[in-house]
Amino acid sequence: MLTHYLVLAFLLFSIGAFGVLTRRNAIAILMAIELMLNASNIALVTFSRLHGNLGGQLFAFFTITITVAEVAVGLAIVVLIYRLRKTVNADEMDFLKG
Amino acid sequence: MNGNLLLWTLLVLLPPFVSFAWNGLVIPWRRAGKPAAYLSIVAILTSLVASLVVVKLVLADPGPHTWQAVWMPLKHAPSITVGLYLDPLAAIMLAVVALVAAMVQIYSLGYMSEEPPGSLGRYFTYHSLFAFSMLNLVAAGTLIQIYAFWELVGLCSYLLIGFWYYKPSAANAAVKAFWTTKFGDVGFAIGLVLLWAFGGSYFLPDLFHKAASGEIQAAVLSLSMLLVFFGAMGKSAQFPLHIWLPDAMEGPTPVSALIHAATMVAAGVYLVSRVFPIYTHTPEVMLFIAYIGSFTAFFAATIALVQEDIKRVLAYSTISQLGYMMAALGAGSLMAGYFHMFTHAFFKALLFLGAGSVIHAMHTNDIWKMGRLFGKMKHTALVFLIGTLALAGIPPFAGYYSKDEIVVKLFESGLTIPFLFALVTVFLTAFYMFRVIFVVFFGNKEPEGHPHESPPVMTVPMWILAILSIVAGFLFKGTFEHFFGAAAGHGAEAAEAAAHAGGHSPVALVSLVLAFAGIFFAWLIYQKEAVSHERLRNALKPLYIMLRKKYWLDDIAYFLYRRVLVDGLAFLIGWFDRYIVDGIVNFVTWLTQQSGILLRSLQNGKVQDYLYGVVLGILLILLLGAL
Repeated sequence: MLTHYLVLAFLLFSIGAFGVLTRRNAIAILMAIELMLNASNIALVTFSRLHGNLGGQLFAFFTITITVAEVAVGLAIVVLIYRLRKTVNADEMDFLKG
Repeated sequence: MNGNLLLWTLLVLLPPFVSFAWNGLVIPWRRAGKPAAYLSIVAILTSLVASLVVVKLVLADPGPHTWQAVWMPLKHAPSITVGLYLDPLAAIMLAVVALVAAMVQIYSLGYMSEEPPGSLGRYFTYHSLFAFSMLNLVAAGTLIQIYAFWELVGLCSYLLIGFWYYKPSAANAAVKAFWTTKFGDVGFAIGLVLLWAFGGSYFLPDLFHKAASGEIQAAVLSLSMLLVFFGAMGKSAQFPLHIWLPDAMEGPTPVSALIHAATMVAAGVYLVSRVFPIYTHTPEVMLFIAYIGSFTAFFAATIALVQEDIKRVLAYSTISQLGYMMAALGAGSLMAGYFHMFTHAFFKALLFLGAGSVIHAMHTNDIWKMGRLFGKMKHTALVFLIGTLALAGIPPFAGYYSKDEIVVKLFESGLTIPFLFALVTVFLTAFYMFRVIFVVFFGNKEPEGHPHESPPVMTVPMWILAILSIVAGFLFKGTFEHFFGAAAGHGAEAAEAAAHAGGHSPVALVSLVLAFAGIFFAWLIYQKEAVSHERLRNALKPLYIMLRKKYWLDDIAYFLYRRVLVDGLAFLIGWFDRYIVDGIVNFVTWLTQQSGILLRSLQNGKVQDYLYGVVLGILLILLLGAL
């Protein structure tokens, strides 16, 4: 039975990763990242249940908290970028190019 | 070789070297001019005296006297040796070289008197080096020595042709002479390597023995001897490598007399005579020599007919006479070829010194600016006439004996075409030489300027050579027949031929008549002016132009050298540099640039694209792990 949860987590992670790689809108990318994080949460809880160890569920709460902070920082960055470039299109964000 | 003879030989060979080393190294001495000249002359006179003693010793006991020492000891092959080889051939040549060199050097004191001292010192330093090299070439006991001194005399020739190096024509002539002779020498070098590879020795007696015993394969022997003959063709100005000799007249006239008439150019003939015992085993090469020689004789004589520079007439005549010698050797007569070289050395050196005396007085080489010089320069005119009579082959002058010998030998050997060439050349020789005589010394025109007789320092050497030009023929014919008549290899045949020549063969008579005819026609045209030579020239215009242009051979050689060799080589090297060398460099830069363009797209600064890489990488690692 637990395999089903893991399959769900795998599918969710894959969808998230696909979104991160293919979406061009910065907000959508952030949302896709959320999906990946949630996939990892499901996996953590599943393993916690499997091993009878509450540490996994504890980690999941931490993750949720940190994700909130991350989204806050991420959205702030996106807003700043939008102010700078008047766009949130990821293709045009080539600041790393020398 | 006994100690006495060895000592005398060294006394012949070394004094010029001492003089060369001293003059060359002690710079103030050389720059002083006269002291260098006197030292050089004393050295060559010492050599002359010693060489006469050597001749006396060797003629008393013909030997051959040999001496050799190891030069390069080799472990797995026969060691390379150096040595001396003295027989009448070498001994007589030693004396001839020393004598002509001594006469020319003394004459040069007068002829070069207007040179600045430094230049005079340089001149005599070269002369000493030449005398040393030439004498050693003659006495050398191994082919490798002959080759080394062969190149040294070539170097001296180059230095002395270009003596007035500030004249572009002289510098060009020197380079041309060097290149042309080197062209033949390449053949010589290859021939030597072949002989070493298959004969295993350079020592002359060994080679003679190996050739006679058939130890060297006949085909290899023929090929290597043919290649050796190419060297001789370059040095002795045989067709088609003769083109350098007329240009070599840019050098001072005494140099022309010594190097380009009497000794160095005869080195090719001497080389063939020296290894004649080997050539007797390669009849097809001998045939080649006979044809080349006789054709050269005829060919050069025709060009001499129209030359207007007194020295160039003599130059072409030298080529022609060298052709005679080669033809005689090719016909199998060592005696005739070598005897002609012997007499030719005297009368041709004499003619050049005479021409030098005329040039010294007139300050021009153009025969049409001279005339009636007989009255003004009695000594010069007389000795020039003697030389001319000797060259034309009029008895009892020296050339008569040797040249008739050649014509008769060619007739007896049954080589029809070479014989006819030789016969026609007799007529041509007499004609062009007497053309010069009549135009320069007689004629109907007063000379330009105020010519005067040369000083005794010039006329005395000329008279010595003149006397030899008269007596050398009948005095030494017996000696030469005795020593070289039988040395031709086919003993009985040669002896029979010698017997024939002793009597008055009709061939000799025909050649004599032809010589007189040549003189008569020259007299008719240039002295009596029965037929104006200008009208004659116009009547035979195409022929005249062909002769003036020297059959266009110089132009062809220039074209081959300048356009084909130099430009062609330059084009090939340029192409290689432009497309291969530059191509490699350009390809490397292109490769770097292209790979940069390709790889640049990987670093586009977009995080998402980098992520692609990360994800792909992870997937790849997972995949590998799964496998």
